Amino acid sequence: MNGWMGKIRAVLMLSILSLVLAACGKENLTALDPKGYGADTSMDMIILTTLIMVVVFLVVIIVYSIVLVRFRRKKGQENYIPKQVEGNHTLEMVWTAIPIVLVLIMGVPAVMTVFDLADESEASDSINIEVTGNQYWWHFNYAGEEVVTSQDLYIPTGEKVYLNMQSSDVIHSFWVPSISGKMDVNPENVNTMYIEAYEEGVYWGKCAELCGPSHSLMDFKVIAVSPEEFDQWIADMQSVDPADEPQDAVAQEGKELFEANNCMGCHAIGSSPSAVGPNLTNFGDRTKIAGFLEPTEENLVDWIMDPESIKPGNKMTGKYPNLSEDEASSIAAYLMQLKPSEVTPESVGGIN
Amino acid sequence: MSIATTQKKGFGAVLWDYLTTVDHKKIGNMYIAAGAFFFLIGGLEALIIRIQLIKPENDFISAGLYNEMITMHGTTMIFFAATPILIGFMNAIMPLQIGARDVAFPFLNSLGFWLFFFGGVLLNLSWIFGGGAPDAGWTSYAPLSLQSPGHGVDFYVMGLQLSGAGTLMGGINFIVTIVTMRAPGMTYMRMPLFTWTTFVTSILILFAFPALTVGLFLLMFDRMFGSAFFDVALGGNAIIWQHLFWIFGHPEVYILILPAFGIFSEIIPAFSKKRLFGYTSMVFATFLIAFLGFMVWAHHMFTVGLGPVANAIFAVATMAIAVPTGIKIFNWLATMWGGSITINSAMLWALAFIPSFTIGGMTGVMLGAASADYQYHDTYFVVAHFHYVIVGGVVFGIFAATHYWYPKMFGRILHEGLGKLSFWLFFIGFHLTFFIQHFLGLMGMPRRYWVFLENQGLDTGNLISTIGAFLMGLGTIVVLINVVYTAVKGKKVSGDPWDARTLEWAIPSPPPEYNFKQLPLVRGLDPLWIEKTEGKGKMTPAEPVVDIHMPNGSIYPFIMTIGFFIASIGFIFQVDNNVWLLAVYFGMALALGTMVVRSLKDDHGYHIHKEDLEREAD
Repeated sequence: MNGWMGKIRAVLMLSILSLVLAACGKENLTALDPKGYGADTSMDMIILTTLIMVVVFLVVIIVYSIVLVRFRRKKGQENYIPKQVEGNHTLEMVWTAIPIVLVLIMGVPAVMTVFDLADESEASDSINIEVTGNQYWWHFNYAGEEVVTSQDLYIPTGEKVYLNMQSSDVIHSFWVPSISGKMDVNPENVNTMYIEAYEEGVYWGKCAELCGPSHSLMDFKVIAVSPEEFDQWIADMQSVDPADEPQDAVAQEGKELFEANNCMGCHAIGSSPSAVGPNLTNFGDRTKIAGFLEPTEENLVDWIMDPESIKPGNKMTGKYPNLSEDEASSIAAYLMQLKPSEVTPESVGGIN
Repeated sequence: MSIATTQKKGFGAVLWDYLTTVDHKKIGNMYIAAGAFFFLIGGLEALIIRIQLIKPENDFISAGLYNEMITMHGTTMIFFAATPILIGFMNAIMPLQIGARDVAFPFLNSLGFWLFFFGGVLLNLSWIFGGGAPDAGWTSYAPLSLQSPGHGVDFYVMGLQLSGAGTLMGGINFIVTIVTMRAPGMTYMRMPLFTWTTFVTSILILFAFPALTVGLFLLMFDRMFGSAFFDVALGGNAIIWQHLFWIFGHPEVYILILPAFGIFSEIIPAFSKKRLFGYTSMVFATFLIAFLGFMVWAHHMFTVGLGPVANAIFAVATMAIAVPTGIKIFNWLATMWGGSITINSAMLWALAFIPSFTIGGMTGVMLGAASADYQYHDTYFVVAHFHYVIVGGVVFGIFAATHYWYPKMFGRILHEGLGKLSFWLFFIGFHLTFFIQHFLGLMGMPRRYWVFLENQGLDTGNLISTIGAFLMGLGTIVVLINVVYTAVKGKKVSGDPWDARTLEWAIPSPPPEYNFKQLPLVRGLDPLWIEKTEGKGKMTPAEPVVDIHMPNGSIYPFIMTIGFFIASIGFIFQVDNNVWLLAVYFGMALALGTMVVRSLKDDHGYHIHKEDLEREAD
């Protein structure tokens, strides 16, 4: 794919670089600035088809403009009757044949890339992560590693990571525009896709299939780290002991409240596969709270006090006793100090 | 009922006339009026959506209400605005174009209208009685549609089922009409393009709507009677809904766009003073588009995980539709080439259609490339694409048809100045609203997002889009003002105000109840034009003046529809309380009973006598 199309792309990228930089959206969110293999492949097809279509459009517009300039009824021509032309076989053949050729030019690479992006031959030798879509959060289980997390998906750069995705409720769609196109997360079957990030960074992910009131708040992130850092992160996550007592007194109280209110009924800390609610093992390192709020204790307290006002239709509302503001802030203090690893979103540049 | 009685009738008499009419022209007018009403509702919903998205993290409406808005906007616009308005024009114009006195089944025509209308009313009643409107998107994907609380989705199911039955009847009616009721000499290959597209569209309706009916039926049983067709936990399969929906849904796009193609294929030759270039290839392109339209539904499902083989096949099939569509675009351009083009409101819409729709078609091909679609899918890119097709194609077509055929239907001509004003407002608003959305999608904004977050580079684009939407709203208001103004003070016109080409312009405006006093003899494509340039200037009759057999009006279609409507409400609420089953029984008994009465009672219609016809001035 990266032969002749790479050349076209290089030329095009140079010529519209300024435009792209100015108007292609937020870095690490936009699909127009690909930073992973899937997004790159899609971008090749986007550029190829756009180029061909713009040429077609220009042809149409040129003919159209000539028609409008030359063949408008002029004054004094009110009774002029133009020649009634039935058709023209040569012309009609031309504008049938050329589109067929254009469709072939686009169709062949389209088919090739479709098969390329669906290639699962390397899956067994690669990192496999079970992804579960839930209203309105994402669960990630690193197969064979006893590492479970949610919302922030850590992957190593420069290699294919296979995601085996299924939904626990309605259909969701996993989309990290800068890294890869999307794939639906269905309740009835496991869909597999691979993603590969070229560079370290924090990439925005979005749910792309209407899944209820808080569909637009079901954001997640992909944290691409170097392979060494990834191994480090896995090791750090594996060494988490959920029973560890926090240093801070408030956080200790928070831990007791967390247990007393049976928060662990849904939220695991550590590698328990339980996935009723988001796993909180590395909650203190998360880029966002509830997927989109700044990671501050105040926001977390607001969330614990009244999740419904923040994420309508979420499954946490009403599942636990009412908490006082003090209790909520103790729990927040406990959760915010869950930072098992030196490898964090900040260590790869943070979220911009 | 003599044709000479044109004195003013009381309101009650007029109302009764419209409730019982089986005249294709009046039914056409009712389709258009009801469709326009739903178009305004859908437009208001669109504006509410755009106000919500005017700035990041806005809280103009709540998340749940937003999902209801997008669902109702899509459902209303597709099923209750665009489709019925086009069917209205087919009703009003197609019989005139083939030289027929009515459609083949006037009674069925009336029933079809009332079913559509009450389907739309039922759907919109969900706002008040449903505990909220449906909120699972106009596509109503399972299992979200199963999970949706309240009765919103139940109203969606029953409303669409009712109106779908009506649309299916309309389709069958048009097919039979075109096959059996063409005037002498009106061979298939002399039919105007609008009649051709009506014919092909009706065939699409005949094959596409049953898929929707089946899907809705399964959804109805899942929601109301405890079945589990789409419930994965009980062994169902949610993906089946998507297949059923899109096997209907993709042809539905062509059900909308083909009549618009037909409209432009009438207007462009009329105002270029040239016959349609490549008539035969236009007809075959129409068939090819219709055929391919059934072969590409899974391009709505590229990200579902159907696998690379399915995705590849559907990708290439989708791109192939560009070929017949391209043929059409170039044929329209070639029609104008060498012509003598008059630019008035109707032609403005047609001229604006060509580049606008070309953009929609181009992005369609781009979406067809499956590996690129992984990025476009379910983003604002798709929203932009289908609005370029549906607004830039279908709505422009509807506005063009309104300006073109209004004189024929009502005998008065729409005001040119207001027409041009509304055009420019709407045209500029349309491109402002939707062009930028291509980029919003690629910049990472999925569709159906209640809010977009701050500082994600999406603010400006959304603001521009909202401003454009308001311009479109203004343009629509000016069209309304124009119609009201014209109805009151518009200039009266003769039968052929545009010096046009096809048969409908050979009779007075508005046409008499029986359309043609004597059925015309058709001598070629563009029959009126042939007579004007090579003949006597008017159609040669194919028959002497004889008594005309007319069907009687009937209130039965209305009563049947009321029966089905009551039964639908019963179905919806029997989930809560069994008492509502009584409404089901009563409604079905009323509907079926009326059918029995209708079947057993002979109705021979009446005759307009030739003495009365002869007394009428030509």
